[in-house]
Amino acid sequence: MLVFILSAMISASVLYSFYTGDTGGVSAAALTGCGSAVSLCIDLAGAMALWGGLMAVAEKCGITNALNKLLQKPLGMLFKALPDPAAKKSISLNITANLLGLGNAATPLGIAAMKELCKQPESALKRRHIATFILLNTASIQLIPMTVSAMRLEHGAPDPWDCTLPTILTSACTLIFGLVLVRMIFAVRKGDAR
Amino acid sequence: MSAAVPIFIAVILLTACFKRVDVCAAFYEGAMENLKTAAELCPTLILLMTAIEMFSGSGASQALSGLLEPLTSALGFPAECTPLMLIRPISGSGSLAVLENILSSVPAESLAARTACVMMGATETTLYTIAVYYGAVKRRAGARIFAACLAADAAGFIFASIFAKLFFA
Repeated sequence: MLVFILSAMISASVLYSFYTGDTGGVSAAALTGCGSAVSLCIDLAGAMALWGGLMAVAEKCGITNALNKLLQKPLGMLFKALPDPAAKKSISLNITANLLGLGNAATPLGIAAMKELCKQPESALKRRHIATFILLNTASIQLIPMTVSAMRLEHGAPDPWDCTLPTILTSACTLIFGLVLVRMIFAVRKGDAR
Repeated sequence: MSAAVPIFIAVILLTACFKRVDVCAAFYEGAMENLKTAAELCPTLILLMTAIEMFSGSGASQALSGLLEPLTSALGFPAECTPLMLIRPISGSGSLAVLENILSSVPAESLAARTACVMMGATETTLYTIAVYYGAVKRRAGARIFAACLAADAAGFIFASIFAKLFFA
């Protein structure tokens, strides 16, 4: 998929430069991207490593665990009819990792949660639970936009964190919208509950 | 709000001291893991950034944004954010590269840059996430799940532009 898009973009660039007659721009651009990619990686590496280190310390201190406990109630409401405590546990661990921006940890935990969810007997409710869980993962609920802030700092923003609050508010609104949508699309009639 | 992160860091480290956690060992482990992730990101990013630089350097990106301008301006999006919205659900490193491109072409304090940052921070690589999770359990993802998640993304872009305007315009 990505390869297809990349090839399409590059061929479009070449064709468009023939159309405008400005082939110089695109040839120069072909060589500027690689350097910027390496500098971007270096900028991000610092922020990512700092965050990963801090989160490992937070994990050892039990801070991650405390957040996980805080999540039990709201998640219990979303997955009310889910009888399996193992599935609930995997879900809350995945959501905790997502909130803290631990992408590396979130994916294996999420896959474990998906496996637990799929073990439930087939029903409309099960499909809604899976959809709810997927939505929680696609509606980016990260609390601190570390990468974006690091990039803003690099591009000379005096307060690189100033997008944090609007980002959290946007995430919250998107999540609520998505959850309502999932409830509407994956309607469960009373008889289907078991 | 800008003090939240330093306070958070201080709280983590103070708790670690209080609980006598070996901060250096834990930090090393976590930092090393993410350093490796950053290094692994680099080759993909080089290819992506080359494609994106060529796309914007040739003027094709502006032409595409111009083509979609009636739609984006009706929804109140800055024109610069169009490429980001197109690639965001498909590829994480791709959207990172597009965001970098946007931040290099407009000032960091502009509404367009800030909207792009909020969009980036508040949405996910939706299609990729769905593919990974459904692939892992060998289940077919139905049309309904794609519809729900992509509609939530679209809503996310609209909310991002609303909140960016509220805070910064």
